[in-house]
Amino acid sequence: MAVNELLRSSSLSWLAASGKDSDVVLSSRVRLARNFKEIPFPNRADFNQLTAVRLQAEKLLPGIAADLGQAFDLLDLERITPLQRDVLIEKQLISRNFIQNPQHRIAFITADRATSIMVNEEDHLRIQCMAPGLDLDTPFARASHIDDMVESQVDIAFDEKMGYLTSCPTNLGTGLRASVLLHLPGLVFTRNIQSIMNISPQLGLAIRSVYGDETESVGNLFQISNQLTLGFSEQEILENLKTAVMEIVSHERQARKALALYMKERLEDEVWRSYGTLRYARLLSEKEVLELLSKVRLGIDLKLINEVAPDCYAEILISSRTSYLQNLAENENLSKHEIDRLRAEHVRNALLAHTRSQEAPK
Amino acid sequence: MLCEDCGRNRAVVHITQIGPDGKIEKNLCERCAAKYGEFLMENQKHRNVSMNDFLKGVFSAGAQGEKPQQEKVTELVCPNCGMSYRDFQQTGKIGCSVCYATFRRQLEPLLRRIHGSSTHSGKIPHRTGGTLTMKHTIESLRSSLKECVAQEEYEKAAELRDKIRQLEHELMETEGGESDGRQ
Repeated sequence: MAVNELLRSSSLSWLAASGKDSDVVLSSRVRLARNFKEIPFPNRADFNQLTAVRLQAEKLLPGIAADLGQAFDLLDLERITPLQRDVLIEKQLISRNFIQNPQHRIAFITADRATSIMVNEEDHLRIQCMAPGLDLDTPFARASHIDDMVESQVDIAFDEKMGYLTSCPTNLGTGLRASVLLHLPGLVFTRNIQSIMNISPQLGLAIRSVYGDETESVGNLFQISNQLTLGFSEQEILENLKTAVMEIVSHERQARKALALYMKERLEDEVWRSYGTLRYARLLSEKEVLELLSKVRLGIDLKLINEVAPDCYAEILISSRTSYLQNLAENENLSKHEIDRLRAEHVRNALLAHTRSQEAPK
Repeated sequence: MLCEDCGRNRAVVHITQIGPDGKIEKNLCERCAAKYGEFLMENQKHRNVSMNDFLKGVFSAGAQGEKPQQEKVTELVCPNCGMSYRDFQQTGKIGCSVCYATFRRQLEPLLRRIHGSSTHSGKIPHRTGGTLTMKHTIESLRSSLKECVAQEEYEKAAELRDKIRQLEHELMETEGGESDGRQ
């Protein structure tokens, strides 16, 4: 079953280490919020109205699928288990907000996993497109194209002055949220991340650490996105984000260069220790994997480690998550110890699978 | 004793947490306790402050600005979904697309507060957008016309003026009907 594959696969095309500036930018994402005219927004709609939205969306889908040349998997949130919902959230294919009321909530996800359409999330339609590296234009073009196809068949809630109408006024106007996933170990180690965090809001951008809490970021992963959606054109919003990201990328590279220059031995030692632990450990916690994995990726990007391909990063990122492992083992009641053992096993296998053959050292 | 969070496994850990709601004491199993331990993987999940709280505040503050009319404002009800202005103040969420028309006057200052603007200048839907695309084109031509005059490039300005006239004429004809103006 395709849905099973969706949950069990440990790769996501848009996390591939192939895109532009992929040494710092892991992936780019664009989301459009759209609503059908006159039907109350999902938080205020009754079950009949939610069903009507759902049926309408299902009717639109074949046309969109044919046009994109991609088959969609349909996921009915009510028909999958809470654990399976968590796996989809871990893979960032649906939002946490989406699972709070699973009734009449469905998601369409393309075979390449780079497009997902959530029906009856906060808005009737949330069109999400992803791409590896720094590339906001491709996903925006795709999302906008899907939007055009929807709009050619259904009346979309739109106001001449206020733009696309959304459930939350913070999305009003373009309904566009563009975000970029960044790996910033250099800025974290050189303690420059705080200034980035402070400057971003002044540029109308929100930046947050993906894992961990306010005081501690784990895995050095950050997501930066536009905050304002009204009063700017889509191109302006994307351009603003892109410019800021390029600036952050250049600072990150400088920081890495400084690390490699002034503390080469310590850095090498840290990188190889992390690699060794991931390669041979028998028990690994989620947090530990994220921390070590970040250093290994840094080592690969700085060409300190050549024997393993950068794509091991994305695979481990996905396959070391607790819900993913529980789902794979088909057992929700594994003890923490058992999960840590499974996790270590997956990490070892992923590193082995991505090890380059010895005869081709660059 | 069973774990107070999942209710399934035996509680083996006793935790005391001091948070915004005061002191919480819990008896938990190993797995649930681990979640409280090292760090929270999803910081949104347990977030105590949400965007909605701020929006609620913005909505309420907006109503206070018009004190004499406040009674009237809070009694406004959307004819499509039955949402009242008071509901906004409580939820921070809009009910349906018609609400935006119903509460336009109250919402506009709030939009300016959130976005610094209350006028959309992005994509326009082909069908529902109607003659809007054309209006926008005219608008932008007018501003370049002004610029040309200021720069004393009168030939270019005349060209633009003719273009605007032509578009305005087209607009008059299509008004009420549908336009297929370019995106």
